[in-house]
Amino acid sequence: MPHSIVFYVFAAIMFLGALGVVFSRNPVHAVMFLVFTFFNAAILWLLAEAEFLAIVLVLVYVGAVMVLFLFVVMMLEVDVEAAKRGMTRYAPLGVGLALVMAFELVNVIWLRSRMPETGSGFKPTPEGYSNTEALGAVLYTEHVLAFEIAAVILLLAIIAAITLTMRRRPGLKVQNIAKQVAVRAKDRVRVVKMDAEKKR
Amino acid sequence: MIGLHHYLTVSAMLFVLSIAGIVINRKNLILLLMCIELMLLAVNTNFIAFSRYLGDETGQVFVFFILTVAAAEAAIGLAILVVLFRNRRSIAVEELNTLKG
Repeated sequence: MPHSIVFYVFAAIMFLGALGVVFSRNPVHAVMFLVFTFFNAAILWLLAEAEFLAIVLVLVYVGAVMVLFLFVVMMLEVDVEAAKRGMTRYAPLGVGLALVMAFELVNVIWLRSRMPETGSGFKPTPEGYSNTEALGAVLYTEHVLAFEIAAVILLLAIIAAITLTMRRRPGLKVQNIAKQVAVRAKDRVRVVKMDAEKKR
Repeated sequence: MIGLHHYLTVSAMLFVLSIAGIVINRKNLILLLMCIELMLLAVNTNFIAFSRYLGDETGQVFVFFILTVAAAEAAIGLAILVVLFRNRRSIAVEELNTLKG
C-alpha cells in the first residue's frame, strides 16, 4: 500500500511538472520544470525496479542534456511576448486534441484491454536480483552490435555539432602554428650584396 | 496494487500533454524540442513498465538506446538552433519561410 501512495504522489507531481513545461511563459522556467519532471520520472522508474536506467536518466539526461538546453536557452534571447501571443490562439485546439487523445488512450488501456486473471500487477523479482547486472548481461552479449552503433551515433553527434557551430571570423588576429613552424630563414631574411662605401 | 495499467496511464497522460504542448507552443523552437523530450520520456516509461511486467530486460535495453539517440538528437538540434540564431538573430518559427519560394 505505501508503494501505491508513493506512485500516485510522484505521478501527480510529475504531471504538474509537465504542465509547467508546456504552459510556462519563460523558457528558463520551462527547462527547470523539465528537470523536475525528469527527476520524478526517475523515481517512477525506480518503483518499477529499473534502477540503472533511473540513475542514467538523472546523471546523463538531467546532468548533461538539460544543462545543454539551459545553456542554449540562456544564450539565445527569446522574445517572450511574441510566444505569448501565439499561445492563447492555439490553446483551445491543443487542449481539445489532447483531451480526445487522452480519452482514446484511457479507453484502450482500461476498458478494451483483456485483464489477465492474475491482474496487471508486477511479479516480485527473485532474491538477489541485480538490475544493472541483468542489463549488462544482455547488453554486451545479445545487443552488442546495437551498442557499437550507439557509440558511432554519439560520435556522429559530436562531429555534427562541432562542424555546425564552428565559424571562422575574418579579421581576427590568430596564430597559424603550422605556418610559423614551417617558416625558413630564406623566407624572412634577405641578404643583400652591396659594395662597401668609401670613406670621404 | 500498482501494475502495468497505472504506468501506461501515466505515460499516456504525459504523451498527450506533450502533444498539446507542441500545438500550443508552435512559435517557439526551444519549447518544441522540450516537448519532444517529454514525449520520449513517456515512451521510455511505457518500455520500462512492459519490461517489468514481462520480466524481460530487452525493454530496458531499448530505453538505453532511445536515451542515446535522444541525447544525440538534442545536441544536433540545439547546434542547428545556435547556427540559426547566429544567422537570423531570431528563432521564431514564422520567420523560417526561406524554402517557401
